[in-house]
Amino acid sequence: MEMPIPSEMVLSRKSDIVARLRTVLPDDAVISEPSQTQAYECDALTAYRCAPMAVVLPRNTQQVSEVLRICSGLNVPVVPRGSGTSLAGGALPTADCVVLGVARMNGVLETNYDDRYIRVQSGRTNLSVTGAVEQNDFFYAPDPSSQLACAIAGNVAMNSGGAHCLKYGVTTNNLLGVTMVMMDGEIVEIGGSHLDASGLDLLGVICGSEGQLGVVTEATLRILHKPEGARPVLIGFDSNEVAGACVSDIIKAGVLPVAIEFMDRPCIEAVEDFAKAGYPDAEAVLIIEVEGSEAEITEQLEKITAIATRHNPVELRESKSSEESAAIWAGRKAAFGAMGRIADYMCLDGTIPVSELPLVLRRIGELSKQYGLKVANVFHAGDGNMHPLILFDANKPGDLELCEFMGADILKLCVEVGGCLTGEHGVGVEKRDLMMTQYNIADIETQLHVKDVFDPAWLLNAAKVFPLSTTKSRRAS
Amino acid sequence: MTPKDEQELAECVKDSSGTGRKLRIRGGGTRLALGNAVSYDDTISMDGFSGVSLYEPGALTLVAGAGTPLSEITETLRKSGQQLPFEPMDHRTLLNSVGEPTIGGVVACNISGPRRIQAGGCRDSLIGVRFVNGQGEAIKNGGRVMKNVTGYDLVKLMAGSFGSLGILTEVAFKVLPIPEVQSTITLHRADINTAVNAMSAALGSPFDVTGAAYLPAIKGADSKTVLRIEGFAKSVKYRADKLAEKVSGFGEVSIVRNDHDIWADIKNVKRLSGNSDAIWRVSVKPSDAPAFCAKLTQSCASAEMQLDWGGGLIWVRVPNDFDLRQSLNVAGHATIIRGDGFAAFHPQPSVLAKIEQRLRDKFDPVGVLNPGIMG
Ligand SMILES: Cc1cc2nc3c(=O)[nH]c(=O)nc-3n(C[C@H](O)[C@H](O)[C@H](O)COP(=O)(O)OP(=O)(O)OC[C@H]3O[C@@H](n4cnc5c(N)ncnc54)[C@H](O)[C@@H]3O)c2cc1C
Repeated sequence: MEMPIPSEMVLSRKSDIVARLRTVLPDDAVISEPSQTQAYECDALTAYRCAPMAVVLPRNTQQVSEVLRICSGLNVPVVPRGSGTSLAGGALPTADCVVLGVARMNGVLETNYDDRYIRVQSGRTNLSVTGAVEQNDFFYAPDPSSQLACAIAGNVAMNSGGAHCLKYGVTTNNLLGVTMVMMDGEIVEIGGSHLDASGLDLLGVICGSEGQLGVVTEATLRILHKPEGARPVLIGFDSNEVAGACVSDIIKAGVLPVAIEFMDRPCIEAVEDFAKAGYPDAEAVLIIEVEGSEAEITEQLEKITAIATRHNPVELRESKSSEESAAIWAGRKAAFGAMGRIADYMCLDGTIPVSELPLVLRRIGELSKQYGLKVANVFHAGDGNMHPLILFDANKPGDLELCEFMGADILKLCVEVGGCLTGEHGVGVEKRDLMMTQYNIADIETQLHVKDVFDPAWLLNAAKVFPLSTTKSRRAS
Repeated sequence: MTPKDEQELAECVKDSSGTGRKLRIRGGGTRLALGNAVSYDDTISMDGFSGVSLYEPGALTLVAGAGTPLSEITETLRKSGQQLPFEPMDHRTLLNSVGEPTIGGVVACNISGPRRIQAGGCRDSLIGVRFVNGQGEAIKNGGRVMKNVTGYDLVKLMAGSFGSLGILTEVAFKVLPIPEVQSTITLHRADINTAVNAMSAALGSPFDVTGAAYLPAIKGADSKTVLRIEGFAKSVKYRADKLAEKVSGFGEVSIVRNDHDIWADIKNVKRLSGNSDAIWRVSVKPSDAPAFCAKLTQSCASAEMQLDWGGGLIWVRVPNDFDLRQSLNVAGHATIIRGDGFAAFHPQPSVLAKIEQRLRDKFDPVGVLNPGIMG
């Protein structure tokens, strides 16, 4: 994968740059020893690595502002970083960059239960946001599977989703405001603790901008009271088509579960070997979760099982206890781990119209045969956000490349049927060069205009999201 | 001018950007009074962009031309038991305007209603747009799937940009089922402090409240604090009872089933539509509402109000020459919906104003699209 050639100008001034950074940060907050910067060489897309020139770990907005003022003054590229769990290479450094990590900025600044929001520093992990309010029975809804590790900073940058976003929405629907530092060091407040800020919806475009418009240092997030209870049902089918039709019928019937997760046979088998969750011998499994009081749960599950029964499921297992609920979810939650045990895998994230599910699954099966690589599917079926996991062997020469080709074919297929390249992981470097399959040059140019406005010098995470050829003249100037 | 498709529209705009002729964009014409007065040479009618082009109930998605009458969309969805989640208000009551609201107008002004607090606003349900920018280029962003983080989210940027960044031609939405039943829990005769506390308690409960409004007492009528619960019958009954029990700590409570009229009136701010005084829309955090309302009443005895969104959205009617922003003693912003005594939008901090101006200059370099509407 191509990355811009590091700037000799910048590299040759490394010691000067580091010295300047040390004037505004404590010593332990500036890392420049190659042995130490190496820890920041990649995110969760581990196939691509490049140690940065230096790493800074500021503690507050003011320090971030001072760092950015120095970097923009010296024309030094900056790559913001949360917890480094991006699957798209969003936090991948360039050799001439300063990685600005917000991990030390993890405080809670304000909790307000009357107005139902929490204000945190952006380095706080997703799960610990809920952790800060759960003693009052509140929670922060977006729940990426990586929630133990990933930071709100990364969630905002990627507009992350989770299993429960069918009901609660993704990050952008739960974000009220941010404090952000622009590349020139200027601190801006966008949004606030009320709904619908005045003027253009800048918050909406900042969320999901993959660290290219500014460094988010604080965020105001909506919090909700926990539901009284939740319960999953597991339903097995003897074909993907039927499982897909069942999802569609449930939605059409007006039932809106909080989660509808789908696993196909290769995934079920791998998970069974690994987690022994007791999943049935089936072509496809749906895990559907509903929420509410006991009576409400029963009412919704009655409707769901009535619909599912019409599709002749091979198994229909309603949880009867919290242990059974945990067992049903155990397999789903272990899916990535189970895959990781049998092979290296690449996790795709294309989204398709739900109606195209059977077709897309069939085509993925064909591609799998054609490329000779196994694929397991596990995904959020209610919203069509697929997660095909392509299995490969990183030690086998050429296998990664083969896997990437196949991944590209699957993503193109997603776009072809009316979907998109990425539903929640972001473009990063991984899907950068596929952008033109979804957007034409005018569409891309319009997005670049937005970056021009926020970061005219193109110093912030500039090698991501857009094909390098479309950004070259901007990055060079 | 009434272009019949995107290409014709693009030609129109290209011509205008060449000659510098300024364009006003017109959907159904029911919300033209929103925003600042536009200075224009020609009007672009969106009548040619009418019709639902895709509707998949099983995927909860609908795509329509920007000129499609809202009523047509509502009706199409209703036949499959679905609706736009964000309950867009109808401005005809307040603005005394005529015509059929279009979906493009709803998006351009980011119009929502009481359900905003639970289901999100128009910008949250919007998943894709096509538009023609100020140079006559057709641009798309987002698409027709519910989850999409491919590139920047210009969908949200376009929602509420009042046509100043581009002329919307097509919009796509995530839709939701129409709830089987609805229940309204009313707390009677609460003062504003009690009302806001009760609404906060309700919204902070697990009962999934989809509407929370306060109608202060007016000549002869006592104040009402109303809370809405929606969903399947049994579930609504259960939650409404639970909520009523919770709220009864604040005063006398009653429950009414399927009182759709009261929510339509709240949505359309009917109670303030009466005379021709100015109407303001004030956005604050709910717990700040009582302090602001007290200050407002102090500086303008004739001010009339309605609180929605648990107190976070305050509708106010005051005389035309009264500058409400002088009374905004808490964080938030105030927009003029009816009246022209002051700038329509709240002045932005200068950094943000600069960013917004630069964005407008990029999307519409010559300044031909609804010039001046956002200031
Ligand atoms: C096992 C696993 C499961 C996952 N499951 C999910 C899932 O269910 N749903 C989902 O959506 N994602 C999932 N992810 C992806 C990932 O966790 C998310 O993208 C997450 O939001 C990244 O957060 P982070 O803090 O690790 O960000 P990083 O990886 O550090 O950075 C991500 C991006 O954010 C930018 N960024 C970081 N900090 C800032 C800042 N302060 N200001 C501006 N930009 C910034 C970076 O430059 C980069 O572009 C998963 C990842 C793994 C490894």
